[in-house]
Amino acid sequence: MKKESGGSALIRALADENVDLLFGYPGGAALHIYDAIYQQNKVQHILVRHEQAAVHAADGYARATGKVGTVLVTSGPGATNAITGIATAYMDSIPLVVISGQVASHLIGTDAFQETDMMGISRPIVKHSFLIQSPEEIPEVVKKAFIIAKTGKPGPVVIDVPKDMTDPNHLFDYQYPKDIKMRSYSVPSEVEVSKIEEAVSLLEKAKKPVLYAGGGIIQGNASEELKKLAKIMNAPVTNTLMGLGAFPATHENFIGMLGMHGTYEANMAMHEADLIFALGSRFDDRTTNNPQKYSLNAKKIHLDCDYGSIEKIINVDVSLNGDAKKILNQILNKIDQKNIDKASIDLWNNEILNWRETHGLNHDLLDKKFHQKQILPQQVIQSLYKSTNGKAFITSDVGQHQMFAAQYYKFDEPRKWINSGGLGTMGFGLPSAMGVKFAFPDEDVVCVTGEGSIQMCIQELSTCMQYGLPVKIINLNNRALGMVKQWQDMQYGGRYSSILYEDSLPDFVKLAESYGHVGMKVEDIGELEERMDECISMKDKLVFMDVYVDPDEHVYPMLEAGGNMSEMRVSKTKKTF
Amino acid sequence: MSHISILMENQPGALSRVVGLFSQRGYNIDSLSVAPTNDSSLSRLTMVVKEEESVISQILKQLNKVIDVVEVQNLSDVESVSLEIAIVKLKITEKEASKIIESAFPIVGEIINHKDEFVMIKLIGSNHEVDDFLLSLNKQKFLEVTRSGLLGMGTGENFLISESETTIEY
Ligand SMILES: Cc1ncc(C[n+]2csc(CCOP(=O)(O)OP(=O)(O)O)c2C)c(N)n1
Ligand SMILES: [Mg+2]
Repeated sequence: MKKESGGSALIRALADENVDLLFGYPGGAALHIYDAIYQQNKVQHILVRHEQAAVHAADGYARATGKVGTVLVTSGPGATNAITGIATAYMDSIPLVVISGQVASHLIGTDAFQETDMMGISRPIVKHSFLIQSPEEIPEVVKKAFIIAKTGKPGPVVIDVPKDMTDPNHLFDYQYPKDIKMRSYSVPSEVEVSKIEEAVSLLEKAKKPVLYAGGGIIQGNASEELKKLAKIMNAPVTNTLMGLGAFPATHENFIGMLGMHGTYEANMAMHEADLIFALGSRFDDRTTNNPQKYSLNAKKIHLDCDYGSIEKIINVDVSLNGDAKKILNQILNKIDQKNIDKASIDLWNNEILNWRETHGLNHDLLDKKFHQKQILPQQVIQSLYKSTNGKAFITSDVGQHQMFAAQYYKFDEPRKWINSGGLGTMGFGLPSAMGVKFAFPDEDVVCVTGEGSIQMCIQELSTCMQYGLPVKIINLNNRALGMVKQWQDMQYGGRYSSILYEDSLPDFVKLAESYGHVGMKVEDIGELEERMDECISMKDKLVFMDVYVDPDEHVYPMLEAGGNMSEMRVSKTKKTF
Repeated sequence: MSHISILMENQPGALSRVVGLFSQRGYNIDSLSVAPTNDSSLSRLTMVVKEEESVISQILKQLNKVIDVVEVQNLSDVESVSLEIAIVKLKITEKEASKIIESAFPIVGEIINHKDEFVMIKLIGSNHEVDDFLLSLNKQKFLEVTRSGLLGMGTGENFLISESETTIEY
């Protein structure tokens, strides 16, 4: 048995968890660990340019692959820089293991150089955290961290490692545990048959059902089961922002994303439904609008792996707490197509089609195209969809561009749409695209961003050069913090407080070129499609495509604050209430 | 108002996770007491929470999700007994103290210290009884009080004990 130090045991334990990539940034408290990395070749360390990007990259990797993403940072500023990334992963339930160096045990609490209470700072944004108290416990803690990160409702786990715990001179026998005993952690057990029966009976009785699927279906790998259920019932399906791709967007039963900027037909269907089946979605405020006025006539079934998400916001008739795939299979075994109210559901689907025809997504856009001069942001996404045959991994930042991407790129597969839905973290797009590209080097990976967001992690262009990551960056450049501007237009009388850059934007083409990448600027609608094709076809180059879009475009539909799900603005001049 | 008993790992950080949950989600803790149990690897925590029914059920769920929490019991849902301990310091004579204690029935009191012109009384009773006792005291002579917060336990078979460890393979 080869002896290990705490530092080498840590890296060996990662290798035993089949970790191939570790995103990070070195510093004093982590140096023993970095030395251990140098002396092995199973775990490759990726040097980013800012710790926030390390966490986002690991996060993108985790979202695209379904595996646990791993991060290594040093104490103090390294740890605090990682916090935004950890919070981002926490809000979207992404499995990560984040290892932070810490000052030596005897210095903890003395305000030592680069000391920060990582356990304390990260506590509200982790699923769990560990402080290493003896080097010998490292393999077991790593095992526990991985199990906790990926089972049940996934989430980030922090391991804080004081420097003396990784002392290369302190050696011990290494053994990686096969299983772990934890009296205080369990994953949800089986759902009782009676509950499945109740759910099935509601599904069979429904005349106006909606299947409302979220990120839990993606994380729970239950898309196939969802498709089967939709088919048996011929029921309309809507996806949340986090759930895009859980159900194919080009499927005839798909009615678009719902919520704040959901489609008119999806929000109307939620309002008029007589049964809502929430699958791995959590009735987040962006998808319910006013909970007091939320879908009052609908019976509700809620399937979620997190018991705490059930009845947190909306009371339900049947709660199904557990693994999405398992529970859906139980339902599929019980449900009988003969009992479905086919005639009513056909009428219901027609009603939804009518809604789509009145205010569907392309409706207002088509109107506009005839007298437009500038490129509309929506057209850029449509062009991107065409050039990538709808098959690319799309990461995004936060703002109007994110909503346009969500609305207009039709995701047919899970794990292809990667965005910070819960925390809404500007700066997420580029580093998460790096993580995806590492995992899928042969696939198109595109970051849809805005000139505001991209500048929050633009330093990663350098990382992309170092590791040869030919991601594509589509910058919907509206010369403003567009989403904020939209709110200022609508609620603050157009008083543009601090959203403009006064001619200080960089020349993104030159910027990209200075890092050794390809830059492109597109201003003319006539050349959009051709340049997009050109951009996507440069398989081994990072291309930064700076597209000047109409700065006055708003995202619609938009739910009216405090209203119900049918109260929307559908354009600058039209509203439904 | 709910009275919640929690069994949790006796580990550094565990208490702050439980307490942190309350501030993080905006719940109010009225009282809290915590100490190790007969199994030194476990701590038992009792808290009184003044929130509506729907919030309490959310609190119980969120507590169960905290990894260091082993078991949670809502004592308000089962038959249970509860009591509070308090120590009061008064500026009175021992004789006056004995009188106060006698008239305070049903609460059980006892003089536990007498130093200079100060007397300390130990009280054991329900938290209403302790409230009432404190209210009855002459404000000029009543100097300090410390209260344990409510302690409680389910009666009969309403145990709060750790189930056997679950082994997780992955
Ligand atoms: C880190 C961070 N800071 C602030 C915000 C608030 N915010 C949301 S959208 C937005 C504007 C984003 O601008 P840009 O990236 O140019 O996108 P656009 O809306 O113009 O498409 C801001 C400031 C945020 N989401 N994240
Ligand atoms: Mg912008």
